[in-house]
Amino acid sequence: MENKKKVLLKVENVGVSMNDKSLVKGVSFEVKQGEIVTLIGPNGSGKSTTAKIALGIYKKIDGKVKTYTNKIGYVPQKISIDWTLPIRVSDFMTLTEELTQDQINIALNLTGVEHLKNKSLSNLSGGEFQRVLIARAISKQPELLVLDEPVQGVDFKGEIALYELIKKISDKMKCGILLISHDLHVVMSATDYVLCLNGHVCCSGTPHHVVQDSKYKELFGDRASNILSLYEHKHDHTHSQDGTIDQK
Amino acid sequence: MLDDFFIRALLAGIGIALITGPIGCFVIWRRLSFFAGTLAHSALLGVTMALVFELNIALSVFLISAVIAIFLLQLQTKTNLPNDALLGLLAHSSLAIGLVIIGFLTTIRFDVMGLLFGDILAVSQSDLLLIWGGGIFILIILKIIWKPLFASTINYDLAKAEGMNPDRYNAIFTILMAAIIAISIKIVGLLLITGMLIIPAALARNISNNPVQMSLLSTIGGLLSILIGLFSSLKFNTASGPSIITAALLLFLISLIKIKKFSELKK
Repeated sequence: MENKKKVLLKVENVGVSMNDKSLVKGVSFEVKQGEIVTLIGPNGSGKSTTAKIALGIYKKIDGKVKTYTNKIGYVPQKISIDWTLPIRVSDFMTLTEELTQDQINIALNLTGVEHLKNKSLSNLSGGEFQRVLIARAISKQPELLVLDEPVQGVDFKGEIALYELIKKISDKMKCGILLISHDLHVVMSATDYVLCLNGHVCCSGTPHHVVQDSKYKELFGDRASNILSLYEHKHDHTHSQDGTIDQK
Repeated sequence: MLDDFFIRALLAGIGIALITGPIGCFVIWRRLSFFAGTLAHSALLGVTMALVFELNIALSVFLISAVIAIFLLQLQTKTNLPNDALLGLLAHSSLAIGLVIIGFLTTIRFDVMGLLFGDILAVSQSDLLLIWGGGIFILIILKIIWKPLFASTINYDLAKAEGMNPDRYNAIFTILMAAIIAISIKIVGLLLITGMLIIPAALARNISNNPVQMSLLSTIGGLLSILIGLFSSLKFNTASGPSIITAALLLFLISLIKIKKFSELKK
C-alpha cells in the first residue's frame, strides 16, 4: 500500500583524512524518507565528521555522497556566535531561508522557546540555544534533517520532549533524519537504523541487532546492552535504588 | 559659502561613508580588520606599480590587493603560522617593496604622505565619479549577496550544509574589500581607510541589537565622522583625513557611554 520510501541521502564507502591521518573511513549508509538513522560511538570516533561528509562540508573526501534533496536542515555540534555580531533569535531563524513571522513562531513554539524570539543569541543559555538551533533547522520544513547531538545541555525533561518532537517530525513531515547522539537509551528506542562508529563502522543494523553485537558490547560495555531491554520493560516495572525490581 | 573643493570633499566623504558603513560591519564580524589593514598597506605597492607601468591607480591597487589576497590563501595552505602573523608579514613586506620601488623612480615626483593619509580636499570630479559609481556598484553587490554572506559569516558549516556555497561568497567579499580600498585610497589614504572600515562599525555595535540596525548605525556613524571631521578641519585648519578618524573615535567613545546606560536600564 505504502509507496516505496524515497532515498534522500546515500553515502558510499566514504572517509576523510586530515594531515595524513584518517578521521573516519569506509562508512556506507542511506537515509530514507520518514526514517531515523543514528550514529553512535565514543568521542573522536568520527560521528560528526561522518555527518559533515554527508553534508558536503569537506572538500576532499574518499567515496561518494549522493543527496537527493536540497531542503536540508542542519544542527551542528558546535556553533559560537561572536559578541561583535548582534543577532536576535528571530534574525537567526531566517539565516538560510525566508520565513513568515508565523512560521518562526510555530517552530520556536514547538521547541518551547517562543518567548526568546527577540532575545540576543549571545544571551541564551546552552540549552536554550540548542532549542533555537533545532527550531531553526525544522522551520524550513526540510526533507533531510541532520542533527549533531541536538539536545546537549538541555535539561532532562526537555531532552525527552525534544526527542519525542524529533520522532514526531520524522513521522509527520516525512523527513529523513540523520542523528548523532550519546543517549543510547533514546537512540535505541526511536531509531530505525544504527551505525556504531569507531573510526570505521564497527557494526550496524536495527537497534535490536546492534545491541546483540559483541563489538557494540566491547565499545560501550555490557551495561549498554541492557538499554534496550530496560526501555522495553519500562512500563511494567520500576527499579529501586539498589537495582531490585518493583512490580507495578 | 563653501568652496567647490570643500563640497567635492564632502561628497567624496559621504560616498565613502555609505560604502564603509555596511562593509565595515562584515569586516569586524568576520574578524577581518587586520586583513583590511593588510590590503590597505599593499595599496602602496599598487600605486607604485601604477606609476611604473602607467596604469590607472585604482585599477592597479585593486589588482595588487587581489594578488595579495590570493597569496595569503596560498600561504595558509603552505604553513601553519597563525593568520595574524601571515597578515603582518604581507602588510609590512608589501609596504616595504612599494617604498623600495619608489626609491628607483627618481624621475617621478611622488607624495608618499598624500598616499598614506589621502587628500580629500584635492578630490577631482573624476574621483567623485569613481567613488559614487564604484560605491553604488559595491553596495548593490553587497545587497544581492547579503543573505548567503551573512550565513557564511555566522557559521561556515551551516551555510555549506544548507546549500549557501560559503566559499564563493567569501571570495566575493574579499573582492569587494579590495575594490573599496582601490576607490578610496586616493581620498582617505591607506592608513585611514582601515579606520573608516572599523571605527564606525565598532561604535554601531555598542548601540545595536541586530545586524541590519548595526549596518545602518555604522553608516550614520561614518557620515557623522565625515561631516564633523571635515568641518572641524576647515575651522581649525587641521589635516582632513586624520580629523575624520579623530571624529569617529570621539563618536565611538560616546557610544560606550550609551551602552552603560543601556545595561543600567536593563537591570
